[in-house]
Amino acid sequence: MRMRRIGIIVTAIALVGVACGGGGGGGGAGAPTELNALVWCDHTDPELLRPFEEANGVKVNVKDYEGTGVALGILEQSQPGDWDVFVVDSVDVPRVAQAGWLAPLDPNDFPWDDFFPEVRMPEMHYVDDTLYAVPEKFGYNTIAYNSEKVDPEDMRDLQSLWDPTYRGRIAVYDYYIPTMELVAIALGIEPSEITEDDLPAIADKLAELKEQAALTGDVVTTQTALATGEVDIIVGGGEYVTAVLESENPALDWVLPDQGGIRWQQAIGVVATSEKKDLATKFVQYIVSPEGQARLATSSCYWAMPANSKAPLSAEEKEILRWDEQPGFIANSDPYFIPDPELDRKMLDVWTEFLGG
Amino acid sequence: MTEEGRSTARGWAFAGPALAWTLVFFVVPMALVLAYSGFRRIGGSLETTLSLANYERALGTPVFRSALANSIEVGLLTVAVSVLVAYPAAYLLAYRVPARWGRLLLALAVLPFWTSYVVRSYSWLLVLAREGVVNRALLGLGVVQEPITLANTRTATVIGFVHFFTMLMTLTIYASLVQIPASYRKAARDLGASGWRTLVHVTLPLSVPGVVVGAFLTFVLAIGDYITPQILGGARELLLPQAIMLQVQRTGDFPMAAALSVVLLAVIAVAYVPAARRFSLVTR
Repeated sequence: MRMRRIGIIVTAIALVGVACGGGGGGGGAGAPTELNALVWCDHTDPELLRPFEEANGVKVNVKDYEGTGVALGILEQSQPGDWDVFVVDSVDVPRVAQAGWLAPLDPNDFPWDDFFPEVRMPEMHYVDDTLYAVPEKFGYNTIAYNSEKVDPEDMRDLQSLWDPTYRGRIAVYDYYIPTMELVAIALGIEPSEITEDDLPAIADKLAELKEQAALTGDVVTTQTALATGEVDIIVGGGEYVTAVLESENPALDWVLPDQGGIRWQQAIGVVATSEKKDLATKFVQYIVSPEGQARLATSSCYWAMPANSKAPLSAEEKEILRWDEQPGFIANSDPYFIPDPELDRKMLDVWTEFLGG
Repeated sequence: MTEEGRSTARGWAFAGPALAWTLVFFVVPMALVLAYSGFRRIGGSLETTLSLANYERALGTPVFRSALANSIEVGLLTVAVSVLVAYPAAYLLAYRVPARWGRLLLALAVLPFWTSYVVRSYSWLLVLAREGVVNRALLGLGVVQEPITLANTRTATVIGFVHFFTMLMTLTIYASLVQIPASYRKAARDLGASGWRTLVHVTLPLSVPGVVVGAFLTFVLAIGDYITPQILGGARELLLPQAIMLQVQRTGDFPMAAALSVVLLAVIAVAYVPAARRFSLVTR
């Protein structure tokens, strides 16, 4: 009887644990002196938040997420007023705005003339002539590598990823859109021109890449693999992977191959249901100011180029970010391509096959 | 109110908090998951007309079926290895180690649970990496000439699971073993049974409920785990929890994720029912 009871209890606990696993949780209603921000992890750095908090006498509560899908899930499960600021991939701004999650912004509140021209991208930040988010940071999904283990010149050629020399020494970043677009570039397909007809060729090339790869993983997993010597190359990696490891291992580097790469960009906006829109807008202004941009670019979670060209970075920091090479990199890179929902679903199917194959 | 009525009311009063807890934290969330699994994410919008489309996709797509099969295989493999490790450990603790040392060893056994699950997974990654402890030792001893691939494999996932769950199984088997009256084993020995025969014909059958509870818990925890396969398995193969996260994290397709979760839960239910029937884990 005793065992029976124990069995019931532990079984119930296990079932509840499995059934209810995960769970995001909303931000909770903040006091008037608080601001709640749904962000990528680079905004969780206290060094970034402190100047704004001290200047305005507020506490910025941040919750980091990875993937717009997760963020939308959090927003859908929250109460109006729970969130004030939303950091989101620029490519997702139109759909997030059209879904009603972002508040209109006044373009005159932000230093557009200081932003790099290539990252202003009104087609991403405006919907029906209304501004919904401001560009804040950008970087590349390209090739990160250990320069002591591989030939840096090889890394400038995308085809090297399929070279048997590097078999078993590659990690693949597990975000399907940039990685599949990088594979498309290797096939000579413009990312913005990917159609359903291109997917079989991309799938085959991905399958060959899987033969080369030791693992597929998220940012932390691939970064750990590179740092520990488990792999020597990250496909889809970039400055955001290697810059924070620079002090530990200067041999970790990144490059945009001659064929090109994918440029990611994130934006920041105010949540439509925020009850503190003025304070939220002030926070957005701080983030895109030169000071905020310098701190954001060198955030402890990951580094990347600031959208604001006036960000006061040191010469060493600029060198790590390859500041001087940006004109060439920007010209030779494609912004994330936004597939329509049907193509997006088919691309995810190909990616799922890649993972399961 | 009659005595019987008061007794019934008292019963509801005692059971009420547990029932409310179960309702709020199990029944309602499960109902929501079930309902969501019938919806469809089409583009950025949610189609709330109930359909079985997600289940058709979950069970009809080879890659999802393969993910389910992989998950079951990894779960069963983890259970098998864990039983082989946990049973001797529990046996020694119950019958061979002096009581005072047994308590100390039990405390040591649960020590790994005091550290973060994620930290433990990453620790194993460092141990199994190409430049990790195991490969360095093998290279140093001249056993291998080149580092062998241990991390980012199914083997690594199973090693991680076995480490995490063996102690859980050891405790359930130990609890079962210490409840077997010592007189049973003495009687077997008095009747001429060898130590081995006593183990096989007396101790082992009587400890099976503990093994089943431990095996079931291990299977449930392993098949539903996302972190360990993600960190140690290197996504070299797709397991069902990873397929679920792929839907959530990359496309926000919660209905499809819910359908896959229900499939996962159905597998667990299938594993639970025969175990419960045979060993009376449920009250009738």
